[in-house]
Amino acid sequence: MYSVNYHRATSVVDAVKKIKTGDAKYLSGGMTLIPAMKTRLAAPSDLVDLNHIADLKGIKVSGKTVTIGAATTHFDVANDEKLMKVCPALCALASHIGDPAVRHRGTIGGSVANNDPAADYPSALLALGATIVTNKRQLAADKFFKGLFETALKDDEIVTAVTFSAPAKAGYAKFPNPASRYAMTGVFVTKGKEGVRAAVTGAGDDGVFRSKEVEAALTKKFEASALEGVSVPSKNLMADLHASPEYRANLVVVMAKRAVMAANA
Amino acid sequence: MGIEGIGARVARKEDKRFITGAGRYVDDMVVPGMKHAAFVRSPHAHADIKKIDVKAAEAMPGVIGVLTGKQLKADGIGNLICGWMIHSKDGSPMKMGAWSPLAVDRVRYVGDAVVVVVAETKGQARDAAEAVEITYKERKSVSDAVEALGKGAPQLHPEADGNLIFDWGIGDAAATDAALKTAAHITRVNIVNNRLVPNAMEPRAALGHYDKAEDHYTCWTTSQNPHVARLVMSAFYNVAPENKLRVIAPDVGGGFGSKIYIYPEEIVCLWASKKTGVPVKWVADRTESFLTDAHGRDHHTTVEMGFDKNNKIVGLKVDTIANLGAYMSLFSSATPTYLYATLLSGQYNIPAIYGNVRTVYTNTAPVDAYRGAGRPEATFVLERTMEIAARELGVSPAELRRSNFVTAFPHQTPVIMCYDAGDYGTSLDAAMKQADYAGFAKRKAAAAKKGKLRGIGMSCYIEACGIAPSAAVGSLGAGVGLWESAEVRVNAVGTIEVLTGSHSHGQGHETTFAQLVNSRFGVPLDSVSIVHGDTDKVQMGMGTYGSRSGAVGMSAIVKALDKVEAKAKKIAAHLLEADEGDIVIENGQLKVAGTDKNVPWFQMALAAYTAHNLPQGMEPGLKETAFYDPSNFTFPAGCYICEVEIDPETGKTDIVQFVAADDFGNIINPMIVEGQVHGGIAQGVGQALLEGAIYDGSGQLLTASYMDYTMPRADDLPSFQISTSNTPCPGNPLGIKGCGEAGAIGSPPAVINAITDALGHENLTMPATPQKVWAALRSGSKH
Repeated sequence: MYSVNYHRATSVVDAVKKIKTGDAKYLSGGMTLIPAMKTRLAAPSDLVDLNHIADLKGIKVSGKTVTIGAATTHFDVANDEKLMKVCPALCALASHIGDPAVRHRGTIGGSVANNDPAADYPSALLALGATIVTNKRQLAADKFFKGLFETALKDDEIVTAVTFSAPAKAGYAKFPNPASRYAMTGVFVTKGKEGVRAAVTGAGDDGVFRSKEVEAALTKKFEASALEGVSVPSKNLMADLHASPEYRANLVVVMAKRAVMAANA
Repeated sequence: MGIEGIGARVARKEDKRFITGAGRYVDDMVVPGMKHAAFVRSPHAHADIKKIDVKAAEAMPGVIGVLTGKQLKADGIGNLICGWMIHSKDGSPMKMGAWSPLAVDRVRYVGDAVVVVVAETKGQARDAAEAVEITYKERKSVSDAVEALGKGAPQLHPEADGNLIFDWGIGDAAATDAALKTAAHITRVNIVNNRLVPNAMEPRAALGHYDKAEDHYTCWTTSQNPHVARLVMSAFYNVAPENKLRVIAPDVGGGFGSKIYIYPEEIVCLWASKKTGVPVKWVADRTESFLTDAHGRDHHTTVEMGFDKNNKIVGLKVDTIANLGAYMSLFSSATPTYLYATLLSGQYNIPAIYGNVRTVYTNTAPVDAYRGAGRPEATFVLERTMEIAARELGVSPAELRRSNFVTAFPHQTPVIMCYDAGDYGTSLDAAMKQADYAGFAKRKAAAAKKGKLRGIGMSCYIEACGIAPSAAVGSLGAGVGLWESAEVRVNAVGTIEVLTGSHSHGQGHETTFAQLVNSRFGVPLDSVSIVHGDTDKVQMGMGTYGSRSGAVGMSAIVKALDKVEAKAKKIAAHLLEADEGDIVIENGQLKVAGTDKNVPWFQMALAAYTAHNLPQGMEPGLKETAFYDPSNFTFPAGCYICEVEIDPETGKTDIVQFVAADDFGNIINPMIVEGQVHGGIAQGVGQALLEGAIYDGSGQLLTASYMDYTMPRADDLPSFQISTSNTPCPGNPLGIKGCGEAGAIGSPPAVINAITDALGHENLTMPATPQKVWAALRSGSKH
């Protein structure tokens, strides 16, 4: 790691002020940024830590409306009793991110802002039709996730919360990369007032995306059997050491089936 | 068996410090004035070094020195060598290319060390290393061994035409060809043994300290054999004469072979310490470990095995191309020859065998012995072939093996080895019973109902441990002897220090060696200390690898204990006014047999040192030394059975049962042996299902971190069902065979045989990742 200056932000306003120092980066858990800095692949001059801003923490559930503060850890999402009642699929997803150390450090805001193509949360927020709240505006998930590690966030913009209306049914299934255990393909499916949504992480060569084929099949019948014989195109799916586009295309359908089974369980 | 003696499940003495974080590793060593080194390494697989500009680096904060290969050469530091001479079939010696500890004019793999920077802090050394400007002219590279032998492949070393290091043969080619001509059936298989990265938990490290006043060097390093390191650094690398070089290998966090070899970094740290006048420490980061630790395996092999009409093997012909990487590591030539092809007879009566091995330079990390070293490769070749043959012949894999087992001992194979003892049928029966082999069809049907494909596979391995005797390995080209030494010091109050040339880097010697002493003299374990890993304390020894510490290292201790016992009995007889032939040692006392006359152990020891009342002419003191050179290898063997369930939708393989029935001869500590088997199987399953080092077309290591290199995790493994049957080894005093590598040797073919059983065809290479198994389910073609 190169030497770096650490700043602890006391409020969102304070953070926005401090980010103007040098080549600064926001830190929200640091489960991606810190390893990248340790291997000298990332070299910010300053870090502005958002993790101690009280306003950014906590989960609120009001009826079906869920609001999760950006600095809420994966562990807290996984174990929140109110959330468990309205959207257990999101708790289950959070309980399988990384390992216990990661779940106690990593935050939903950090994950969403980083938009790693193999991260779990982006598929959930896209399938839930969530809104990403920042210090400046509110953005629909469909507009927020732009590509590999790319979001609609402006330079000094901070994710403060995510909010969504819990659907009637939701489920997530992922096939982990054997080495990193990140999602090699993960599918989050929901069935709500607005219909069926299915979002795929870990597989798209441009990041998280909604699968038309899976949504069409599940709109007819929200059952795993509806996906028998369905195939998704391998074009625009990632190729790497661990999975070809064809294998990922297969995994999209298989994980979608398992996600639906989880949603119906 | 006493509660602490041979055969007892004693908890490991050393674990208290390891699990409380109090171990002392090289990186824990701090010497006054110590500074830090960082290496500038080649980013290219193959390139000429046109220019090295160190000016900017020298001007960086904290920099003490920036040193190059030219300076190193000018100071007379020698090239790294391979210490085992192999001759090709035509009689010519192996073609060893030059390997300078710091590259001078050419780099040959990504990670090749070029410049070393010494600075006040590790961070400053790294910063300055980034400021070193090296101009390279890239050359075409090759990472695949078969391609490296092909026409038009880039030439790596001027010494080795066409990148061929040697073309070696073992056995009788004509007899084997003739035998195969008579065969009623020939099974032909192409086999790839995947390349592995050792991944010891502790990365390699070195701390070099030159003491100007004494003109003396000390090197703390992560070595499995500090004496060999000192010998080689003195005799070949001209670092310092042996009497002016002390090598200390303190606690070492795993080796698996990769810490046998002498690497550039320890040589450079010693040289740089003299050059800069400060002690110099280097600790590899994980990326450096992936790039530069000697890798393992990487064979391409074709096999032909002939059977007569009664399914008896008539002949075996094996042709192997082994990738040795960019340079010849210390024992790289021995691994694919005498540690590999000599095991091609397996547990079977094979009248004719011929093995041909070509070794090849490529633009990859050097390849050398890795847990099992040649024996996993041989076992994979044989046990895949046997399973495939059984499927082709339509007979039970177990019965095909059984009908070809060696049953009379000693048994001379056509490939040098003479097996001294074994009982292969017993291991096979034990494994099949434990695995409920007969009930497999029912389990397969039950799995099918759940939509899973179930398969079963076995592997009957034999290995050779305690590589020996010295005269024999010398005649085969070894540059060293393969004996071991021991010194037993009984202190004046009866406590004991055992100084051993073996080195523990996880094996538990501090416990097992003390158990041996306890069994002999009744001294509590707590009163026995094992000293190892320091050339100033311990006389010349050969270190630990090839499962040799029990069979060879403990045998040396037995010899020294015999001498101690003889003298102790003389002293006791004198004190008790008895005949020394009547003295027995029991429960910590030296007794006159059949009487209650005795002298406690500690009193006898005190008498040896007060020397007030010793037999006429006896020297005071009680300390004895021994060197032990074995008469033969030892031959652990066993049978492994693996049962898998495959999810056909994803290709993911779950190991649902793993049975290991091993014959390790006599066992000192069953708990430690079980730990070795568990760890070995984990590594073997790792090779079969998960691990594989992959270089891309330009020679970049794609699997250079845990993001892409899959290490086995607990949830990849089932609860192992293991058992032992103990046919004592007749070749050493304790009847020990060795257990450190068996798991890694026996398990890969069992796993792949199980998966291919489930698939219904043989078209699958290791590691059998979900993607590969999924694709194999769709291909369906035969091998």
